[in-house]
Amino acid sequence: MLANRKLILAHFSFAFAVFGVALTLGAWQMFIRSPIGTWLSNPELYYRSLTAHGTVMGYVFPTLVAMGFGYAISESALEQRLVGVRWAWTGFWLIVFGSVMAVTPIALGRASVLYTFYPPLIGNLFYYLGVVLVVVGSWIWVALMSINLRVWRNAHPGAPVPLAMFANVAGSYLWAWTAVGAALELLLQIIPVAAGLKNTIDAGLARIFFSWTLHAIVYFWLMPTYIAYYTIVPRAIGGRVYSDTMARISFILFLVVAMPIGMHHTFADPQVGAGFKFIHSAFTALVALPTLLTVFTICASVEIAARLRGGRGLFGWIRALPWDNPMLLALAFSFVMLGFGGAGGLINMSYQLDASIHNTQWITGHFHLIFGGAIVIMYFAIAYDLWPHLTGREMIDVRLIRTQLWLWFIGMIVTTFPWHWVGILGMPRRMAYFDFGDPAIAPQALSVIFSVIGGFILLASGILFLVILARGMRAPQADAGAYRFAIAVHQPTTVPVALNTHALWVALMIALTITNYGYPILNLATTAGTSVPAVYVGAQ
Amino acid sequence: MSAEDTHGSVEVAARVERRWAAIAVLIIVGMALLAAFAGIHQATMPQPRVETTDPSRIHLTGEFVESNLGSVLEANGNVTVRAIGQQYSFTPACIVVPVDTPITLRATSADVVHGILIQGTNVNTMLVPGYISEQLMRFARTGDYLMPCQEFCSFGHEGMWGKVKVIDKTDFASRAKSDGRLSCVGQ
Repeated sequence: MLANRKLILAHFSFAFAVFGVALTLGAWQMFIRSPIGTWLSNPELYYRSLTAHGTVMGYVFPTLVAMGFGYAISESALEQRLVGVRWAWTGFWLIVFGSVMAVTPIALGRASVLYTFYPPLIGNLFYYLGVVLVVVGSWIWVALMSINLRVWRNAHPGAPVPLAMFANVAGSYLWAWTAVGAALELLLQIIPVAAGLKNTIDAGLARIFFSWTLHAIVYFWLMPTYIAYYTIVPRAIGGRVYSDTMARISFILFLVVAMPIGMHHTFADPQVGAGFKFIHSAFTALVALPTLLTVFTICASVEIAARLRGGRGLFGWIRALPWDNPMLLALAFSFVMLGFGGAGGLINMSYQLDASIHNTQWITGHFHLIFGGAIVIMYFAIAYDLWPHLTGREMIDVRLIRTQLWLWFIGMIVTTFPWHWVGILGMPRRMAYFDFGDPAIAPQALSVIFSVIGGFILLASGILFLVILARGMRAPQADAGAYRFAIAVHQPTTVPVALNTHALWVALMIALTITNYGYPILNLATTAGTSVPAVYVGAQ
Repeated sequence: MSAEDTHGSVEVAARVERRWAAIAVLIIVGMALLAAFAGIHQATMPQPRVETTDPSRIHLTGEFVESNLGSVLEANGNVTVRAIGQQYSFTPACIVVPVDTPITLRATSADVVHGILIQGTNVNTMLVPGYISEQLMRFARTGDYLMPCQEFCSFGHEGMWGKVKVIDKTDFASRAKSDGRLSCVGQ
């Protein structure tokens, strides 16, 4: 049994509670701006909701899942008591406190700037301070993961670090560094203006700082999902990890190349020249590599499970898989959504194609499919898998779990496919309503209605998820035994130092960030006359 | 190492894996080369130069003063369109341009971040206050196009829709004789 069940349970419970709230807001947003809703008399309410939805889903929910899962991995993969439990609780409460501090001004309509901040729009100071507290809380987790690994290394000199922990620590370092971009934007630019110390801000520079965070944060969200692919799925379906080495290489690649590519979010921006945009575009292509490697390794690992169960033939083994196992179902859905979402991502990364869909509903569809779909469905799977170990009770609702996963998958496809389509038609993002009576916009109405239906399916699935977890807390007691991770076909007895430590790769990550961001940032920071007057939101 | 080594399964597994890694690398290099080729060969590169402008003075001096906004026929037959975005409209709110003509759109923002997107085309650029956005475009057919602001610019964002009217070349040339700045506002 895990020793710090309360700590992990606290992270997951708060994460899923705020997820439920933000999901409800999302469904409302889809409905209210669709042809079946009536126009809001106060469109500002829409942007309040949108800011809350983004802030919770982007900063609070995935961070808490990664943290809670990280503590569970540290305890169970390293088989040692967590070091720094008090600090871990401090980090948790900082996040809870920060979330409340950030959401309060949003609810009051004083910070409707969206979770991407968008200076020179400036909202209430406490919104930004709340976000900073959330990040600071998560940085405590980063430090704890590093310390726990060091304690383990000292006790096991030269031994291969368990894959789950190796990946977990890689994810924590990625987050620590990628959050620096938004932190610089907040601390150097936005907060002084929000506090009234300054009244001008360089909006172009702020967008570059934010792009530093904006892309790699997605890979931080992705880490728990990939850890589940490699270390939970094969165990849960009775297979083996095809290659421990390739898994480590994939996680290292994420650490190194997820970072210096964020400027593909600014392809259409006027403050960066074409050269750096091309470099970032090429690096963005590179980040597909660890995903392609992962798809191969995981499919091979799953095939091993099928063949161990008597599967035969080139593709016949697929039928031998345990399809009633929720973990396999979640993996299959996740891969399908990753495939479509990844293909869309390749379109976004090339700026020739990006121009036709930049800032349209296509983008909304794309990241909901990747994050809300491929990533979050594995968060569900992680929660289902860990729950008996956290509650000391069995999961009795396996059928309900399958229904929930099916609903999420169907809901996500029905939501995001029409979104992609209306994006191609040129429907812009982040609008409180559309004039569907305009003959040029009317053809988009039907697609929008479809995606609203998808949104409500997602809401139903989300509620079902919370119900299953709540019922799991009242189920009959049962000892789930030790929490284990999948083992490789060839468990490593020795691992090259480069695949067993992170220092070299962290250094490379920082160096690539400096080469890809250093000049554009310095250049913008030293260009005179680019600071523009702040525009305060919700000011009385 | 395990006993299976004697059957050579480790080598087979590693070989298959290496082969896939090579294919993956080829796919990625191929895509990057395609992007580079399309960028250079079809000149679809992003705006090459960074130009700045002071949004608190654009209405007083420089190329974005009100009398200079709109479409102008240049001596070489090309057209330049100058526009600004502000909460919550574009000026001019209706842009008129000729069909089949190289057009340079130059635009900036007077306050917060906006974006210009012309539906049914791949004309799509951000307007960041302090900087000038430049985009080359050419319309293959006449007609009306919607031009929404594609970036959140605060509470009135949903109402920020402009229009582009693409008209016949000779029609445009005769209108341009007055030597003024053309727009289709109020037409």
